[in-house]
Amino acid sequence: MYTSFYQLIDFHSFYDMYYKIFESLGLSSSASWMSYLAAGGSLSFLAINLLVLATAFYTWFERRTIARFQVRRGPNRNGPFGLGQPFADVIKLIMKEDTIPTEADKPVFTIAPIALLAPTLLIITVIPIDDASFLATLNIGILFIVGITSVNSIAIFMAGWGSRNKYAILGSMRGAAMLISYEIPMALGITSVLLISGSLAMTEIVAKQDIWFIVVMPMGFFVFMAAATAEMSRTPFDQIEAESELGSGYNTEFSGIKFAILFLAEFMAPIVTSAVVTTLFLGGSQGFDFLPGQAWFVLKMFVVIFILLWIRSTWPRLRIDQIMGFAWKILMELGFVNIFLIAIEVAVLMDPVTGLLTSQDLLIMAAINWVFTILTLVFLANLLGKRNYDRPDPVPSPLANMQPKGEK
Amino acid sequence: MTGIRTEPVTVNLGPQHPSTHGVFRLRVTFDGEEIIDLEPVFGYLHRGTEKLAETRNYTQIVTLTDRMDYVASMSNNLAYVRTVEDLSGIEVPERAQYIRVICAELQRIASHLMATGFLLNDIGALATPLIYCFREREKILDLFEMLCGARITLSYMRPGGVFQDADQDFWNALDILIQELPHYLDELETLISKNEIVLARTRSVGVLSDEDAIDYGVTGPILRASRVKWDLRKANPYEIYDRIDFEVPIGVEGDTYDRFHVRLLEMQESVKIITQCITQIEKGSIRADVPYFIRPKPGETYQSVEGPKGELGFYLISDGGVSPYRCKVRAPSFINLTPLKKMMLGWKMGDLITILGSIDIVLGEVDR
Repeated sequence: MYTSFYQLIDFHSFYDMYYKIFESLGLSSSASWMSYLAAGGSLSFLAINLLVLATAFYTWFERRTIARFQVRRGPNRNGPFGLGQPFADVIKLIMKEDTIPTEADKPVFTIAPIALLAPTLLIITVIPIDDASFLATLNIGILFIVGITSVNSIAIFMAGWGSRNKYAILGSMRGAAMLISYEIPMALGITSVLLISGSLAMTEIVAKQDIWFIVVMPMGFFVFMAAATAEMSRTPFDQIEAESELGSGYNTEFSGIKFAILFLAEFMAPIVTSAVVTTLFLGGSQGFDFLPGQAWFVLKMFVVIFILLWIRSTWPRLRIDQIMGFAWKILMELGFVNIFLIAIEVAVLMDPVTGLLTSQDLLIMAAINWVFTILTLVFLANLLGKRNYDRPDPVPSPLANMQPKGEK
Repeated sequence: MTGIRTEPVTVNLGPQHPSTHGVFRLRVTFDGEEIIDLEPVFGYLHRGTEKLAETRNYTQIVTLTDRMDYVASMSNNLAYVRTVEDLSGIEVPERAQYIRVICAELQRIASHLMATGFLLNDIGALATPLIYCFREREKILDLFEMLCGARITLSYMRPGGVFQDADQDFWNALDILIQELPHYLDELETLISKNEIVLARTRSVGVLSDEDAIDYGVTGPILRASRVKWDLRKANPYEIYDRIDFEVPIGVEGDTYDRFHVRLLEMQESVKIITQCITQIEKGSIRADVPYFIRPKPGETYQSVEGPKGELGFYLISDGGVSPYRCKVRAPSFINLTPLKKMMLGWKMGDLITILGSIDIVLGEVDR
């Protein structure tokens, strides 16, 4: 029943539909390019609006979930279960005055929110939500994602620099440093996936996951997840905003619709990231037959999002130097070691003629990688454990003399 | 990186800032992220409490003290009424003293809970531990509501005793709270002392040596975190503290972690004190026969108590009239701010916030 509907959300079926319409209107000479344009336009319209709507409900989901962690109830007044809350928020933000500081660099200040939102929106184009539902079959899909996320750091720096506010500049300087640093471990995590899949296309990566890559290489998943959390600048890496330190960081001076767009981009990032994680490590739309692939995809996304929210609501923030140290001293090394190990495994196990890895090979790799991960964890714990949890017993200072009056 | 010209940035942290605990302002000069100079600016919440006291009679001033350290009104009340009693030679009934000690210790727990919660919030834990702390503080505020109808600005104590006796509901609720609190405090301690990120952010950060702590006149948990075993409840026992057995916890080296670990330990000691008070308290009068208009003999006095934030003292001069000639408050939050520069120079911006949070200032008291 659902297959017909889901097949509709596909570029080619859109194209065919428009082609028929234009042909029936007697425009057969130009029907080809016009339907191409119309199909692309309608799909983009659908995708952007669906994503924006999803983000609106995601803010509700985030607030409710974090509220439960914090012994609160969260928004529950506006509509059933408070589901009307995101719309109230959006209407409020749009109706607020859109101020631009006098000293601000106006063009940069104005472009910054769009520059932050656009790459986030673009990522979704290459993500295969099911075997047949994706917007673009880009054969370099994952490379496109790595490239397009780098724009984020520029956009954040634009927002901070353009608003000519000291907090904003501090936040965006931190952001630029952090985002650039964490792109390396993120790329390393992705590379380990590519070594197994042997293809940059997202559909291929999903197809190669006879065994989910989270099982095959837990270390790669950890490296990628940590780096992605930092790229989204969420706790424990939320240096860009750091609300207890910088007020609001790079978005201090933004208000009205600009702030709404900044926030849209910020809340869209977890959705998009969880979609990427699902594709790379959780087998994309794979699942059992009783639910369509799209439903499995969304379910896995929710699991990832929940873990992100769990982290966000429980962990404090690291200091900027500790964050940079974590990226360069720990994550990057782990990423390199992981790649090295997987490269050897692939070279040994891969069939030299067909260039394919069977699921049996993947199981062997999984076994080796889990042993490696656990050994690394034990090693790191021992290394970190040297910094004692238990401190020495306190020694009273000789300078104090606390004798009750009258006693000696 | 030679050849790149850099210059320090001066940032006004506050008076409107989420982590300055009120309207405190810090002019900080940063070299990148590192603090190279700072200058505290305060007075934004100055309400002239000391001057106002000169135009109120001795009983009315109790309400002014509520509004100084507004998260620890009971301790303020206690410090003030003890000074008036000392000035005019009023004997306080024993039951009233016990109730006052119970209230002061409950208030200490409430204040420390708030300090701990806000410190974790400053470290960046997105309000989760803060709300856990507030959940427990709420129970204490409910107890205060049973006592006097108010929750924050209590004005429960009077020169010569307390405003009214605690009824049976209060004692029942107190029993339940005392049973629950130790478990909760253990939970809080596990949450903090086992969290790698909290340790990384607080251990050896903003160290204040014992010599410096004494030189700067620091008191309270911050002094004790710097290994100095000094507690007015032991050193100069007031009310009925000499009948009670409790420890004075101290820190290991005087860093941010010690400052709030000491607070956690102090809360456990406060629970012990309240438990002993409940068993020792006997029936009796709760207020000495004191007139509404107190006219102490001309003279002056200084009395202090160990408040949640440090030594809270009142200095009163009487000229024989119905209101004091001069009222001076020794506000612990204010004096604890003096070693700020000593603790913060050379640390990063994130540490600035945690160090300030570990001092636990209340601007109502700093500015008065």
